[in-house]
Amino acid sequence: MKNKTLRFIFLTPVIIYTFCLIVLPLLYILTISFFKSDFYGGMIYDFTLENYKELFNFVYLRIFVNSILIALVTTLICILISYPFVLAISHKSKKIQQIIMTLVMVPFLTNSLIRMYGWIVLLRKSGAINELLLNFNIIDNPLSLMYNNIGIIIGMVYTFIPFMILPLYNSVSNIDKYTLEAASDLGASKIKRFLNIILPQTLSGLFNGAIMVFTPALGCFFIIDILGGGKVMILGNLIKNQFLTARNWPFGAAISVFLILLTTILILIYKKIGGKMDDLGGI
Amino acid sequence: MKNNKIIDNLCIFLVFSFLFLPILVIILFSFNTSSLNIVFEGFTFDWYKELFNNKTLLEALYNTLIVAFVSTIISTIIGTISAYALKKYNFPFKNIILELLYIPIVIPEIVLGISLLAIYTLFKLELGLFTLILAHICFSIPFVIINVRSVLDNMDPNIEKAASDLGASKLKTFFYVVIPTILPGILSGAQLALTLSLDDVVISYFTAGPGSNTLPLHVYSIIKTGVTPDVNALITIMLLFVFVILTISTIINLKRLRRM
Repeated sequence: MKNKTLRFIFLTPVIIYTFCLIVLPLLYILTISFFKSDFYGGMIYDFTLENYKELFNFVYLRIFVNSILIALVTTLICILISYPFVLAISHKSKKIQQIIMTLVMVPFLTNSLIRMYGWIVLLRKSGAINELLLNFNIIDNPLSLMYNNIGIIIGMVYTFIPFMILPLYNSVSNIDKYTLEAASDLGASKIKRFLNIILPQTLSGLFNGAIMVFTPALGCFFIIDILGGGKVMILGNLIKNQFLTARNWPFGAAISVFLILLTTILILIYKKIGGKMDDLGGI
Repeated sequence: MKNNKIIDNLCIFLVFSFLFLPILVIILFSFNTSSLNIVFEGFTFDWYKELFNNKTLLEALYNTLIVAFVSTIISTIIGTISAYALKKYNFPFKNIILELLYIPIVIPEIVLGISLLAIYTLFKLELGLFTLILAHICFSIPFVIINVRSVLDNMDPNIEKAASDLGASKLKTFFYVVIPTILPGILSGAQLALTLSLDDVVISYFTAGPGSNTLPLHVYSIIKTGVTPDVNALITIMLLFVFVILTISTIINLKRLRRM
């Protein structure tokens, strides 16, 4: 076979894939975000900026702020749990480290919805956690642990925490052990070692995890549906409703474009601080 | 130092309890005699038998497996060829394509889901197994490419040269020299594609049609009315499979670690 034919055969799939399944769908979403909706599920092919103006409507601004707050709190809690955990693992032998990291992945290889269901069983008024606390007389009345922000945050942290643990673990295991030893030999306190050595060297891993937790948290409608009890709305539910219930595709597309822009900005910052694209998500 | 160790272990223990608690609940209730998932009343294997009478559940499982296997095989083949081609050949707009390939990884899933739904509607594709498989191929390929590329980057270029010096054609070199060398990368890419596909909710929600209900979508539809224990039983069986596969791959990895 000639080299040119071979080159053609090898390159065609990736070019077709990129064009048909990435570029075309996203360009189409961008296009319809400038169309008008006829409110019956159809679109009027007239150029308009109405959908983008609608984004600044007070009702939607509140949903934006709410989503960003929920995603931010989720990201922060993931960081607060993952850092001590990852540092604790890094003190173990290589063999144990590998076993622990494999075990960490086990829950995430099961159905994510069934895991949410596990949380319902634990968190509801008659659930295991409330029963336990009542039995030991720690509380007098069952706590509301779901159908509110607490439930949502637990569900979000639980779903996205591996995306924080993995990149953070990778960057912590790259820290030179001798630098840390030298620092403590020279009298640096734990906090100083963390701020001056560990934090700077794991910054790109940290930001990597933050992106992979924050952005999906903005769009993850099912956690909100299941643990939020229909009282809370985030961008993901809004987009889902515009496409499936309200059938106002142009407006749904405009919100999606906003999400794409937000993601792009975060990625650019990540690249600026020296993060590599291939490391995203700790894969 | 001893104090530190206790804190380390406590920290690992707490995170593990958080991670495994909901899973343990599911496993526990799959053996419960009551069907209400509220209190544990007694031990039974009945739900594991019941499972095989639940037609909707079995159909969802069947669809999930079909979609996962077909999309994994196709995306692994395309991803492997593409990773190789992108390393080997230069062509106009190559850098742009390299950047675009990250989009399915970083973009919120819902955006990918609705944009695929929109394009399916535009081309009047009827939603069903085909559109679902196409969507899963769409989000899997970049993960395969990244995994294969990381192995390709470490491959000694002289191996390929040696093969062609000895008279192997380019195609033969690819199949008999390159593929066996990068096999670990291909396998880890395929494993990732498979797990992503088995668990996907958001993208499937928009790209599946009537009759192509997958297991995650089925659970989503029954979660508010209450999950029956036979679903717990099915998940427990699947978890056992995952655990066996992971144990095998960890043992292999540990052996490799020892050799280094």
